[in-house]
Amino acid sequence: MFTRFYYELKNQGLPVSMKEWDALLEALEADLCGSSLIGFYHLCRAVLVKSEAHYDRFDLAFARFFEGVETPEGLPDKIWEWLDKELPARGITEEMRRNHRQLDLDELRRMLEERLKEQQEEHHGGSYWIGTGGTSPFGHSGYHPGGIRVGGQSNNLSAVKVAGMRRFQEFRSDETLGVRQFQVALRKLRQFTSRLDGAKTVLDLDGTIDKTCQNAGRLELVWERPRENSIKVLLLMDAGGSMLSYSRLCNQLFTAVHRSSHFKDLKVFYFHNCIYDWLYHSPECRKNDYTDTAYILNNLGEDYRTIIVGDASMAPYELMRSGGVIDWDLYNDRAGLEWLRDLRRHFEYSVWLNPIPQKYWDWVEGSFTIKKISEIFPMQELTIDGLEKAISALRSRQRMAKAT
Amino acid sequence: MSGPQGTYNGSSGYIVSDELRNSVNIAIALQKPLLIKGEPGTGKTMLAQSIADSLQMELIIWNIKSTTKAQDGLYVYDTVQRLYDSQFGEHDVSDIKRYIKMGKLGEAFLSPLPVVLLIDEIDKADLEFPNDLLWELDQMSFYIPETRETVKARHRPIVIITSNAEKELPDAFLRRCIFHYIDFPNAEAMEKIVAVHHPNLERKLLEQAMESFYALRSLPNMQKRPSTSELIDWLQALVVGGVSPARIKKELPFLGVLLKKNEDLDMILQQLSGKTQTRNAMGRYR
Repeated sequence: MFTRFYYELKNQGLPVSMKEWDALLEALEADLCGSSLIGFYHLCRAVLVKSEAHYDRFDLAFARFFEGVETPEGLPDKIWEWLDKELPARGITEEMRRNHRQLDLDELRRMLEERLKEQQEEHHGGSYWIGTGGTSPFGHSGYHPGGIRVGGQSNNLSAVKVAGMRRFQEFRSDETLGVRQFQVALRKLRQFTSRLDGAKTVLDLDGTIDKTCQNAGRLELVWERPRENSIKVLLLMDAGGSMLSYSRLCNQLFTAVHRSSHFKDLKVFYFHNCIYDWLYHSPECRKNDYTDTAYILNNLGEDYRTIIVGDASMAPYELMRSGGVIDWDLYNDRAGLEWLRDLRRHFEYSVWLNPIPQKYWDWVEGSFTIKKISEIFPMQELTIDGLEKAISALRSRQRMAKAT
Repeated sequence: MSGPQGTYNGSSGYIVSDELRNSVNIAIALQKPLLIKGEPGTGKTMLAQSIADSLQMELIIWNIKSTTKAQDGLYVYDTVQRLYDSQFGEHDVSDIKRYIKMGKLGEAFLSPLPVVLLIDEIDKADLEFPNDLLWELDQMSFYIPETRETVKARHRPIVIITSNAEKELPDAFLRRCIFHYIDFPNAEAMEKIVAVHHPNLERKLLEQAMESFYALRSLPNMQKRPSTSELIDWLQALVVGGVSPARIKKELPFLGVLLKKNEDLDMILQQLSGKTQTRNAMGRYR
């Protein structure tokens, strides 16, 4: 059944609603798919997918569902044109006329397959691989129904092939992306209030009406302050050696946070592997350039949204024992774990972002400390998805997990 | 209200991919707004002009700013003017209609001929903005309580909406749209686009410039990658400056036209000068 495609899309995590599905059926009825599989692919994508971040998932679902309909690659251009325009047209239109809104895709699929087989046989002698110079299916040039070639590559790929190429993989939102995407995610971290200092620039309508009425109808305009974001952010970043491999990613986040001018206040501190008595002012963690962690705890309000970025991977003693600090000339009375708990207790809105992908957390070198720390802080991986989850966690007070 | 208004086939001043053209036609046929996303400089705004040209319709542009409210697009009731008029008795205040001014959406609805309505950069507005337009875009009508009138579209406008993905749009809104993401044009498509703007370009110059352009775009640490419009400006600069093609790749003249961020410019210039320095050093020791 055609509806199976709908569920395949759902399975791939595409948020397709009935409304969109209805629109697709309507479009098919109106024969908007150009009577070809590639046209069908484009139609489905335009109607059902609403974000380039989902293009890849759609491609996967499409490729999986229509796997059997794989059209032969490498037929000459003319035949391809013919294939694309003429062949399935009959299949689809007859189907649709007969069944109106009920499209039986299995049949469509079967017919298409049959036709394609015939086609292959008919033109068996003439088929050859187009553009032997550059036939890599992973080229970036994509598909053109008219049979246009780009850079010597065969672009005449079937819809399934196009889907299979997963050109839009880079837009997946669970992938790590650039500064801008981080910024977009950070914009969600806001809380508006107008009770701030600043120029009164916005017309207060209710106030104006009141005043004017009090003036017996003589207009008097009342102004108020614009709404502003009252969110304050505390960013704590691990600058330890093991973070080097993630420096680019962290840099992007750092830049994004810095550019996000919508925070009322932004404080950034650094630490080496774990947080002890000191929070450093620069990523070099110089021994004479720090603020006491206790001072931060006493002086920053609990409303600071706290984002800790670190791989949380260290030797167990660094986290669990007093004197566990990695720098040989320092000594900590309280174990790092205690400090983390204190931070967590004070800053009720806090999250930990880990640049190590979540799927490795269980078996990476520091899996023990990752587990320990994620029991204290809600931990997310440092990807767009992770950041978004973290930010929605920052919007509300998080109960401390297991205050043991 | 009339139905679909023909099909879009591209226009002379705008190179459109088949995919995009299909999406436009799907949107026209299904009578749904077409939401266009893509990198800056991929011609999102130009598309609406091209559709208007191709279908010979008027184009109404509603530019969205961060302060734009949905209501602004429908109509504005100029209460302050009316109040002033009442106080100074200059005009007939009893006629409220005089103080109702149509917004862009209202204008599109009331147009005697079908029009193309471009809602440009919808993501600039408040997060709730798109939701506030759902009913109007669905029903193509709105009610003015002040005059007790319903403004209904005479012809359903072709609605093109562009977004730079600065904010995510609400799901309810997305469900009602046809979506198309304009991919950055590949070299061949780009040559066609360039040909529209610079029809008589020297082959060698174009090749060299395009090669440098795509090389720059592929650099991983770019803050803002150069886009189509910057390439076109750059070519113009190269032609006017009389730069010989051989110099382009080596020196990247007029780089400021392509790169708009200081960091990017510094990075490239550093690499360029670094290269020549090592080359000089090599020469000295040879």
